[in-house]
Amino acid sequence: MPEARVIPIREVPPPEPPETEPVAAAGDWEESLAAALAFLRRRLTGDYEVDDFGFDPELSDAVIMAPFRALYERWFRVETRGLDNVPDEGGALVVANHSGTVPLDAIMTQLAILDHHPAHRHLRLLGADLVFQLPGIAPLARKLGTTLACQADAELLLGRGELAAVFPEGFKGIGKPFSERYKLQRFGRGGFVGSALRTGAPIVPCAIVGAEETYPMVGNLRSVARLFGLPYLPVTPTFPLLGPLGLVPLPSKWIIAFGEPVETASYGAAAADDPMLVFNLTDQVRESIQQALYTNLMQRRSVFF
Amino acid sequence: MAATRVLVTGVSRDLGAVLVRMLSDDPTVEAVVGVDTHPPTSDLGRAEFVRADIRNPLIAKVIAASGIDTVVHMNVVPSPAIAGGRAAMKEVNVIGTMQLLAACQKAATVRTLVLQSSTRVYGRSARDPAVVAEDAEPREVPTSGYAKDAVEVEGYVRGFGRRRPDVSVSVLRFAELVGPRIDSALTRYFSTPIAPTVLGADPRLQMCHEDDALAVLRLAAEGDRPGTFNVAGDGVLLLSQALRRLGRPSVPLPPAAGAAIGRLLGVVRTDLLSAEQTGLVEYGRVVDTGALREIFGYHPHFTTAAAFEDYAAAHPGPLRRVPAVALAEAGAQHLLERRRTVRA
Repeated sequence: MPEARVIPIREVPPPEPPETEPVAAAGDWEESLAAALAFLRRRLTGDYEVDDFGFDPELSDAVIMAPFRALYERWFRVETRGLDNVPDEGGALVVANHSGTVPLDAIMTQLAILDHHPAHRHLRLLGADLVFQLPGIAPLARKLGTTLACQADAELLLGRGELAAVFPEGFKGIGKPFSERYKLQRFGRGGFVGSALRTGAPIVPCAIVGAEETYPMVGNLRSVARLFGLPYLPVTPTFPLLGPLGLVPLPSKWIIAFGEPVETASYGAAAADDPMLVFNLTDQVRESIQQALYTNLMQRRSVFF
Repeated sequence: MAATRVLVTGVSRDLGAVLVRMLSDDPTVEAVVGVDTHPPTSDLGRAEFVRADIRNPLIAKVIAASGIDTVVHMNVVPSPAIAGGRAAMKEVNVIGTMQLLAACQKAATVRTLVLQSSTRVYGRSARDPAVVAEDAEPREVPTSGYAKDAVEVEGYVRGFGRRRPDVSVSVLRFAELVGPRIDSALTRYFSTPIAPTVLGADPRLQMCHEDDALAVLRLAAEGDRPGTFNVAGDGVLLLSQALRRLGRPSVPLPPAAGAAIGRLLGVVRTDLLSAEQTGLVEYGRVVDTGALREIFGYHPHFTTAAAFEDYAAAHPGPLRRVPAVALAEAGAQHLLERRRTVRA
């Protein structure tokens, strides 16, 4: 029996020339240069779209988010859980705890969904009115897709099928002392439940672990804050002691966990006028976030790892 | 119920004159009377012009003598420069409207009243919702200038509507009007050599094209469209984006010192950067136009971007469509293309 021979199949494609690899790489490089030039041209000539709220997705995703993306990936090493609880399409309201004196938690949640959710959705934040009174911050927030946390805006967003996020604790949550970390504050007046009921949007509870330790607030310069019309002025172990260096957040380990959605459509829009139901749903959402906070805290090995 | 005998106030300014011409070209309209204190600068077609001050009871005689059934009130002037001072402006706007309404109330023939108002009645505040609907309560009621007059005029018109429930009253709140023919505070702002902006602010602007404004006024004058309606193009432009599209250089100035520094630099004429104007370039204003579409039954043809483009094409800034930008991009593309073909 003759030795088995390898019979070459005809029309075998010739081996790829080794030059192609560098060429492809150069091609990528050229593509990105061309894309960057086109981007620059669009920005310089105003040839881009913003929506009614002033959201500029092109600028936001590519430019404003870039430094936060580095924070997300390298500094806080954010871990997401339950992303499949966030619907791929249609209006939905993410409700999360708020902490850390600087609203980094809001932007990290935005990035979690933009970069890691399969549908890469834009999370539209509902911000406090202070955000829109601060020069410089206000236009930046609008470009990131944030709008005012009020009934009209929330319902307009949800009605248009957008994914919105609200932090019902507000300043009580983000400006609370470090000693009260991971203790949910009062959930406003439950306005977010009313908006979800009126638009039939599901509520996705979201627990953010890690933001509490970024700027541990050990004191509050109330009188100085009042002078500038701010709700609080934090004293952290490094701020204002180390000056600008104190603005660097501590590299805590983050977990952002999305919980089982609370369906609201079956109650009907009229249910928003039933205060008992609104209170009950508010409590239910608040409880599930508090539980998720404890669960994820227990699973985190340490504050920094 | 088509309008047959129409009285239009404020016809010496562009939009009023164009509306009068449109009405006079319409064979179903029996008679058109234009009223203003100044003679019109353009042709009014077959319309009759009455040089009268609406602050004067003479207006009642005009309405009665012509058997007017439709009144289109477009004489709420937006700038002191037009009226000859703020005091005169206030008098024309508020007292003039009161006189006109008093005359209309007496005239049994009047069936339709149309008021050209503005979205500036919503005031401006950082705490306003992003998109304002007609029934929204302003967080900060305008306290000066045109916006204050417009709020007061709307109040008198509402009062008139209560006293004459048989009259169909349409209040049209127009967003900032733009178009090749429009000369307004905003268009004059866009025509400054270097547009001053407020440091740390980039408001959303919403505009209404003059053609849409005229079409809506014309429809409203046909009657049977009572109510208050926002009239604006779809979508928004950021101020920075609008300036880039126009090709107009801008200089950001700190908010408080803005007007003073601007005046010093000579980039701002004093009448330009009034409190209202800074309000617009600091906060902007966006309104909901659902009622216009669903109840009034009009869909604007021009989006905000298209309306502004129409203006920008007629009044391009020095940096508009600078060939260098496109050339640089095309050149780079060409070089990359050549590199690719050389290698292949």
